[in-house]
Amino acid sequence: MNEHLWRVLSLQDHNTRVVILGTAMLGFASGLVGCLTLLRRRALVGDALAHAALPGIAIAFLTATVLGYDGKTLPLLLCGATVSGLLGIVTILLIRKYTKIKEDAALGIVLSVFFGAGVALLGVVQQMSSGHAAGLEAFIYGKTATMTSSDAWLIGAASIGCVLVSLALLKELKLLCFDEAFAGARGYPVLLLDAVLMGIVVVVTIVGLQAVGLVLVIALLVIPAASARFWTDRLIVMMMIASVLGMLGCLFGASASAIFPRLPSGAMIVLVTGVGFLFSLLFGRQRGVLVRWWRRRRLNESIDHQHLLRELFEMFELNPSRLSVPYDELLERRSWSRKRLRRMLHQASSDGWITENISRMAFALTAKGKDEAKRLTRRHRLWELYLIQHADIAPQRVDRDADAIEHVLEPEIVAELETLLDVELGRSRMPDDPHAGESPMEPVGENPTNRLAIENLDSSHGGNEVAS
Amino acid sequence: MIETGWRWSFDGWIVAAGVLCAVASSLLGCFLLLRRMSLLGDAISHAVLPGLAAAFLISGSRSSIWMFVGAVLVGILTALLSDWIHNRGQVDEGASMGVVFTTLFAGGLLMIVVAADRVDLDPGCVLYGAIEQTPWDLWEVQWPGIGSTQIPRVVTVLSVVTLINATFVALFFKELKISTFDPALATASGFSASVIHYVLMTLVAITAVASFESVGNILVVAMLIVPPSTAYLLTNRLSVMVVLACVIAAASAVAGHLGALHIPTWFGFRSTTTAGMMAVASGFAFLLAFLFAPQQGVIPGLVRRQWLRWSILTDDVLTFLYRLSESSSEEHTIPMRTPLRKTHASAIDWMAETLLTTPAAARIAIRFHQWRKRIDSNRDTSTSGHPALSDLPHLTELGRREAETIVRSHRLWEQYLVTRFEVEDKRLHQTAHTLEHFTNRNLQDQLDEQTDSPSIDPHGRPIPEADPN
Repeated sequence: MNEHLWRVLSLQDHNTRVVILGTAMLGFASGLVGCLTLLRRRALVGDALAHAALPGIAIAFLTATVLGYDGKTLPLLLCGATVSGLLGIVTILLIRKYTKIKEDAALGIVLSVFFGAGVALLGVVQQMSSGHAAGLEAFIYGKTATMTSSDAWLIGAASIGCVLVSLALLKELKLLCFDEAFAGARGYPVLLLDAVLMGIVVVVTIVGLQAVGLVLVIALLVIPAASARFWTDRLIVMMMIASVLGMLGCLFGASASAIFPRLPSGAMIVLVTGVGFLFSLLFGRQRGVLVRWWRRRRLNESIDHQHLLRELFEMFELNPSRLSVPYDELLERRSWSRKRLRRMLHQASSDGWITENISRMAFALTAKGKDEAKRLTRRHRLWELYLIQHADIAPQRVDRDADAIEHVLEPEIVAELETLLDVELGRSRMPDDPHAGESPMEPVGENPTNRLAIENLDSSHGGNEVAS
Repeated sequence: MIETGWRWSFDGWIVAAGVLCAVASSLLGCFLLLRRMSLLGDAISHAVLPGLAAAFLISGSRSSIWMFVGAVLVGILTALLSDWIHNRGQVDEGASMGVVFTTLFAGGLLMIVVAADRVDLDPGCVLYGAIEQTPWDLWEVQWPGIGSTQIPRVVTVLSVVTLINATFVALFFKELKISTFDPALATASGFSASVIHYVLMTLVAITAVASFESVGNILVVAMLIVPPSTAYLLTNRLSVMVVLACVIAAASAVAGHLGALHIPTWFGFRSTTTAGMMAVASGFAFLLAFLFAPQQGVIPGLVRRQWLRWSILTDDVLTFLYRLSESSSEEHTIPMRTPLRKTHASAIDWMAETLLTTPAAARIAIRFHQWRKRIDSNRDTSTSGHPALSDLPHLTELGRREAETIVRSHRLWEQYLVTRFEVEDKRLHQTAHTLEHFTNRNLQDQLDEQTDSPSIDPHGRPIPEADPN
């Protein structure tokens, strides 16, 4: 077993070497090209193409056999596949240009109609007395494990060509993918660029198709690119990651299949890249599910924290002589649940912003907490004041608007607000609560006023929780 | 099929199966198309492999009911997973589908290969059922009161599926419509858009699985997408679209089978695969709609555009001649916009340049007006003014009146734009020039009223009187 493992890993077997290196090159190129098609929102174009190749293969075989040649020569079938693949692409582009039919349906139309034509043609081909048609389907379904070295060379040449073209036209293709209209306005030949991009996809797909099969080539075009998207927002980095992921997937998948000969290499490659996708989906640094969940949680926590401090500050401001705020009064100030308020209070107290009494039913701000609360309240009121003064928003409504934005105000913006509002601010540097006149001094619970009504409105947006 | 030619007991059932599959698929396909999820059928038909394999491994039998359940479950799983990845991972819809179905397919392949010792399951055989075998697999169906008939299993199954789909679409048409076009409105009006969504997905999975194990997956993928797209090009109303899609699908199924029987015989072959030809027939229907759809077809659009160009050109020729005679008459000496230069070989060239067209087109337009008696056919050589103008014809009284109407619209528009919108002087002519071709008498009178019936336009040119008729 160990010896076998070593033989595989050191690529001593000719066959293993060909399969592993061939698929790795294909994985590299298709990962790179896949990024462009993914961003062009045409991820499944490889799917449509791979199906659209079938009638070309059948027609190439038919013509060659009728003319008396061997219908199964590889270059001939490749030519047929490429021509009908290009035809499929042209059809997609035409449908998109002249009708209101969307991208996905255009892909589907080409995929199903071309494949149907291919199936019908194969039905005819199988009746031919000369020539042995058996195995034409294998062209579509692939034969990864029996890849020959000429296949590998072909893949290598095509991959290098595609990589070079897409790198040479990187700027143009990038613009095409992100903002087609802008590219057109800048004078780039959009249709030609689109054709070049699709041409690259055709080459990768057709070459990959005969070597590794339909499903694998689709997988290699889609999965590495989709995985790479979780890690970065930069195209060039994404392309590098996708290429590496595609290559690694092929290396591991093909090696696994070589070590355990029972496992089909195509399926193993797809599964390995699929695992890579799952990993990226969960842990991707930029857009991974966990990262985004964590970010949202952090934001919600900080919003809760800011709300709590601000409420406390305002309660002490209303009645400067009081020493602490009871829990029940705090609970009524906002639409927060008991559990959530408990958690927030606990967190704030362990962070040293507030102190609580022994029964944990009354709270006061620490010195540090008071400073922070003052800063937060100031930020909120500055924005309210700005909205009232400069955006003509009624004082009754500014609280909500300010609430929505105060958590993301940068210090620079606060400084700018200060200069803007310098006259109104006067000397105190702490703007008054614009709602102060509405509910002066009375305890909130006894005399429901506008302020309370506003707070109740707040509950409709769940205390400003950021929507997922 | 050994012989070609139509036999009811045989081809009738094949066509019935094809039509049923086509109708069942297109019913749902319309909503998939509008939800931009057309490729779901393709994804499901690849992805069900592990469901089949698992069903086989668990039940240990190749009984179709277990296979069916396994496949449908995985089909629904495909839809759910793609949805989840699309929403949670913010991945493009197509890409999330691609990731899911390729991975599931690979998983299924692996299961089959690993269990190959115990399992005799050929993925091709399971995935690519053949519609031609429909008439061989008969079921006894009891009809109360009539007795029993032999109906192919496929036809029975597909009838049930079609019935379910039709009932769903008919009962929940309003809900489907709202949740397709405006999910937020659906939720606001009190029913859950996502429930409708998942029921739709389930039905797509059932239809796909029921169809491709009997008539081949290519047919169901094609019929989910192509007939709805064709109908989409023909109408803007959802209800009409659904009906049209079903009709087109059924017609493609019939035409496809006929094509499969007959077309290969023209080249000396026997009949070919029916399912493939049905897909091709629906593609042909799409091609026809693409080219000839009255509203959105390429050729009607081309014809409409050319007709508009032509009518604008003929209008322009009349007004040009009118303005020319106006400028050469004694009382108003108004220069033409583009002066006649030495480089113009003839006056026709000059006219063509002014009207932004070719001399040949201008000549044809003049010929057309001569035929319509708007322009004098007898060349009057006694023209006063520029000698080069002698080869330009004159307007007849009829042509003059027509030109006056257009020029009146033009100058009223200019006046209106100046008084009401204070449009810049430079842009005045262009805007009025566009609008003059689309101004009828009614609008003209309104403009006249709005601008207090002026007698000269902002450039000081006289506005012709309205035609008394």
